[in-house]
Amino acid sequence: MSTVTPGPFAAAVAAAHRRGEVVVQPRMGFGDPAVMRYGLATVARSRACTVGTITLDSYTRVGAHEAARRALVDGAPLNGFPIVAHGTGITREVLAEARAGGMPVQVRHGSARPEDIFAALLANGVDATEGGPVSYCLPYSRVPLREAVDSWKRCCAAYAGLREAGVEPHLESFGGCLLGQLCPPGLLVAVTLLEGMFFAQHGLRSVSLSYAQQVDHDQDVEALAALHRLIGEWLPGLDTHIVLYTYMGVYPRTRAGALELLGASARLAKHGGACRLLVKTPAEAHRIPTIAENVTALEYASRVAAAEGPADGPPGDTGVYAEARALIEAVLELDDDIGTALCRAFAKGYLDVPYCLHADNRGESRGFIDERGRLAWSAPGRMPVRAARGGVELTSSGLLLALSHVQRGFDRMGAGDRPE
Amino acid sequence: MKDTRCTAVLGTVASDSHMWNLMFLQLLLGEMGYRVVNLGVCVPAGFFLEQCRQHRPDLVVVSSVNGHGYTEGWALAELLRTDPALDGVPMVIGGKLGTAGPLDETQTADLLAAGFDAVFADGSDPRQFLDFVRRPVLVEAG
Repeated sequence: MSTVTPGPFAAAVAAAHRRGEVVVQPRMGFGDPAVMRYGLATVARSRACTVGTITLDSYTRVGAHEAARRALVDGAPLNGFPIVAHGTGITREVLAEARAGGMPVQVRHGSARPEDIFAALLANGVDATEGGPVSYCLPYSRVPLREAVDSWKRCCAAYAGLREAGVEPHLESFGGCLLGQLCPPGLLVAVTLLEGMFFAQHGLRSVSLSYAQQVDHDQDVEALAALHRLIGEWLPGLDTHIVLYTYMGVYPRTRAGALELLGASARLAKHGGACRLLVKTPAEAHRIPTIAENVTALEYASRVAAAEGPADGPPGDTGVYAEARALIEAVLELDDDIGTALCRAFAKGYLDVPYCLHADNRGESRGFIDERGRLAWSAPGRMPVRAARGGVELTSSGLLLALSHVQRGFDRMGAGDRPE
Repeated sequence: MKDTRCTAVLGTVASDSHMWNLMFLQLLLGEMGYRVVNLGVCVPAGFFLEQCRQHRPDLVVVSSVNGHGYTEGWALAELLRTDPALDGVPMVIGGKLGTAGPLDETQTADLLAAGFDAVFADGSDPRQFLDFVRRPVLVEAG
C-alpha cells in the first residue's frame, strides 16, 4: 500500500480508477499558445474522463531552443509546444486554462537529454511528465546511452524537488513502447519496470509504467498482468499505475479499421487493469490529428471502456512474466546503480532491442509474429530468453508484411471481414 | 576472406529519428548483394561525410520520412559532393521528403542539382529504385 500523497495528475488517475473509469488522454501540442489553450479547454470539456497533454515540438526535444524561437518569430509552424522558448509567462497562462477546466496536464516530449525541459517543468509547476533514459535514447536518438542515463539521473533528482513546493511529481516511463512494433512483450515489460526503478532510485515516488498494445489481445492481457505482478514485487510503497498506449505501429488507413483498433485498446485497458490510455485517432495513418479528431477519439475510447467489464478469468501464462523477470534480474545483478546496470546490460546484450540501430544496442535480437499471430523471438541475441521454434530471419518483404500485420487485419475488419 | 561485395552507405538527415525505413532498406540492400553500412537515425551531415570517406561506398542511400528530407537532403548532397572520393558514386534520396506532401518538379530538380542522381518520392514505383541500386552491383560483377 502506498503512503505517498500523489500530485494532481496521479490523484486524478487514482480517483478515476476507484470509480472504475479508465482515464483517456490525447497526444496534442501546438506552437501557438492560443491554439494550445483552446486544445486543452476542448479536451477538458469532452464527454470523457480525461487528462490533458502538452506535447513539445521536435526542436525543443533536441535542445534547439533558438530554432524554436526563430520559428515563433517567423510564424513558422511547429509540431508541438516549445515550452522553453515560450518561457514561464506564456506557459503559465496555458496551464491556467486547463486548471480552470479542472483538468490536470502532463507534458510529453521525447528527449534523451531533457535538462532544459525539466527546468521549465519545475519553473511552471508541471506535476507530470514522461520519458526515460532507455526509452527516449535508443529508439529516437544517437545520444550515447551513458549520457542519457546521466542526464535523466540529474533530471529525476531535480524533479523530485517539486515536492518541496508541496506537490508530488509524477513520472511515466515510456519503456513499454521502444520501437512500437515487433518487440516481444517480456522485454517491453522489463524495460518499463527497470526505468520505474531507476526513477525511484533517483527520488521519484509517484510513477507510471507503460505498455503499448501489440498484435494479440490475450498476449497483451498477459503482459499487463505480468507488469502488475512485477510492480508489486519491485516497486512496493510507491504510488504507481499502468498506462496503456493504443497501437504505436503502422496504423490502419480506413476510419472503421482505425476505430476498431482504438476500441480494442480500450477493451485491453479494462481487461488488463490499465488506469490510463493514450489514444490514437483515425487521422493517424495520414497526418497529425486535429483537436476535434482527438476529442472524438477520446470520447469513443471512453465509451468503449465504460461498456466493458473486467476480464472474464485469469490471463493465460505463456511465459511473459518469467521472461520479464529473468531480464530484470539479469540487469540488476550487474550493479546496484540501476543506470550503470542498464548501460552494462546493453553492452553485454542482456537487453537488446530488436531492430534498433542505436550504437549502444547490440542489435543481435529479432522478434517476429508467429503462426498464431503472437510476438515471439526468432533471435534472442544474448538475452536470457528463449527463441521460438520455427522463427526465421526476416527478409525485407517479410519485415514489411510484419510491420503492416495489424494495419491489414484491422482495415479488413473495417471493411466488414474478420481479421486474420 | 576479403569482402568483395559492393558497399552501400545508408542513412538519413540530421533531424529525422525514424528507424524502420532504415531497417527495411538495410535488409533490402543486403539481399541485393551489398555490404551495408547503416548510419542509423539523426545523422549529422559531417558524420555522414566522414563515414563515406572511411567506407568508400559504391552507393549512397538517404532515406527520410519526417518532411525535412528536401531542405536537409539538399545541403547533405552538396556537402558529400565536395569530396573528390565520392566523385561518380551514385547517390539517391527517397521517402516523404516535403512537409507539404510530395515534392514538386522544381524541388526534385533542386535535389538533383545538389548532387543526387535519383529522387524517389513516396509512392513511386519500387522497381525504379531496385533498377537504380542494382546498377553498381552489376558493373562490379560485369
